[in-house]
Amino acid sequence: MRATVIGAGVAGLACAVELAERGLAVELLERTQRLGSGCCSWYAGGMLAPWCELESAEPLIAELGAESLSWWREKFPGTVLGGSLVVAHGRDRGELKHFARRTERYEWLDGQAIAALEPDLAGRFERALYFREEGHLDPRAALAALAQRLKTLGGRIRYGAATAPDRETHGADSIIDCTGLAARQVLTDLRGVKGEMLVVRLPDLSLSRPVRVLHPRVPVYIVPRGDGHFMIGATMIESDQATRISARSMLELLGAAYALHPSFGEAEIVEIGTGVRPAFPDNLPRLCRRADTLYVNGLYRHGFLAAPALARRAADLLLTGREAPEVMH
Amino acid sequence: MPTPDSLRLYGVELDSRLLLGTARYPSPAILTEAVKASGAQLVTVSLRREAAGERAGQGFWSLIRDLGVRVLPNTAACHSVKEAVTTAHMAREVFGTPWVKLEVIGEDDTLQPDVFALVEAARILAREGFEVFPYTTEDLICAERLLEAGCRVLMPWGSPIGSGRGLNNLFGLKALRARFPEVPMLIDAGIGVPSHAAQSLELGFDAVLINTAVSQAVDPVRMAGAFARAVAAGREAYLAGPMEPRDMAVPSTPVIGTAFLG
Repeated sequence: MRATVIGAGVAGLACAVELAERGLAVELLERTQRLGSGCCSWYAGGMLAPWCELESAEPLIAELGAESLSWWREKFPGTVLGGSLVVAHGRDRGELKHFARRTERYEWLDGQAIAALEPDLAGRFERALYFREEGHLDPRAALAALAQRLKTLGGRIRYGAATAPDRETHGADSIIDCTGLAARQVLTDLRGVKGEMLVVRLPDLSLSRPVRVLHPRVPVYIVPRGDGHFMIGATMIESDQATRISARSMLELLGAAYALHPSFGEAEIVEIGTGVRPAFPDNLPRLCRRADTLYVNGLYRHGFLAAPALARRAADLLLTGREAPEVMH
Repeated sequence: MPTPDSLRLYGVELDSRLLLGTARYPSPAILTEAVKASGAQLVTVSLRREAAGERAGQGFWSLIRDLGVRVLPNTAACHSVKEAVTTAHMAREVFGTPWVKLEVIGEDDTLQPDVFALVEAARILAREGFEVFPYTTEDLICAERLLEAGCRVLMPWGSPIGSGRGLNNLFGLKALRARFPEVPMLIDAGIGVPSHAAQSLELGFDAVLINTAVSQAVDPVRMAGAFARAVAAGREAYLAGPMEPRDMAVPSTPVIGTAFLG
């Protein structure tokens, strides 16, 4: 059986790998010339935080995310299972309680326990929430690893391919479209939610896990990327245009990092990125069948968190006909 | 049967006295459900916070339009007269309405209105034909200036935006209500729980605007319904004419004539 997957973001790569592992001959079509920059996955935080996300997401995201955690561990050795930490500054302490009320599988830490986990944050916070079972990964390394894995399994990636309207899917038994917002003409209720992020370099500071800094208006997370690099993200703006970062967003992202630790004031700004996340009105991902194509879309801010679980369901559907009602529309 | 009791804002009649803000819901789908559950016929939308430019947020704007309720665009997060006026212009383009909820923020910690800039921006916008809903404090003189500037509705705060503290300055708010009995007044900001909303209506305010208290509830849709009932109860109580509080107990059963059982 042959399958053509369209779009080499995290959804497309996860589907391609999953199908190749189940013995299909897979071709992955990507409209851009190289891995990454054409998709919003490239700008993701890479947090694998199913239970933190419950703060604003429905329980389905935690279910899919918990399943994906083990998938990533199996497929990508760079997956770090170090938990995640949630903190708030003095007068925003109420936000921490609010966060706790809506999430699960955490423990409360005092200042001492925070210092034991993250020595560089010693003395900065009195309380934190610790989600021990969560993890994180470097999205770009993870995408590259999936691409490599696909090749090892005999799959093929064609860059610069025509993906619409005359997509090159000659003779495929199955077509899986993972093109995000580009599928909007078919999936008409998709919308874009813009995100802005920064990568900074700060060799003096060390964090072992993602840290979320709560704030009533501007919650920000900081993910260590190794080698003194940190990703600071990400804004959520109802917009389908990946225009450049606004001064306000930049101020807010940097302000949150600086408030987490003043040494961020000395950090070197390595990259400024923006992407547009595809989302359905309920902000939940879907598998949709339209004509001869299965669409995997609407991963919103949960690309790395949900892609493996969706890829499994897509593969089940194509190979065994088993439906997954929780994500099918 | 109670007589029809609609709210009249700039010549538009509304049956619901609950206005809902549209920011920070878990998803547009939950926002839609919450609007339905609240019975709101008017929702506020922040142009600045939700999208970078007028064309950018089309997906979200069309969702808002699809709610099938009247839209009151706001100028949230504007800090100067110029910003607020520009945002109002943009809002008129996007939503095709002369209505604008005018916010000019004076200070980031309390998000309290800069009332001087507010009056100035209100004057400019009213002159340009906008129908302005100014987010103001309970200050009487400021209210007077806003009315002079052309506002026909006032939106005094209950307490700072998002604080959930209810009506902070009862004396000031009652004085404001009494001073301008004919002006529709909507309590904006600071409502935390349905009892705050009911209290606002009981005091004779014409409506309340809620956002955070619903959008950040664990179950926003259920909370929207709770607010709808509180607002209806508060309004009914106001129309029914609440009793005056007294210092001493007054028995509800007359004591004269009861048997004396020495």
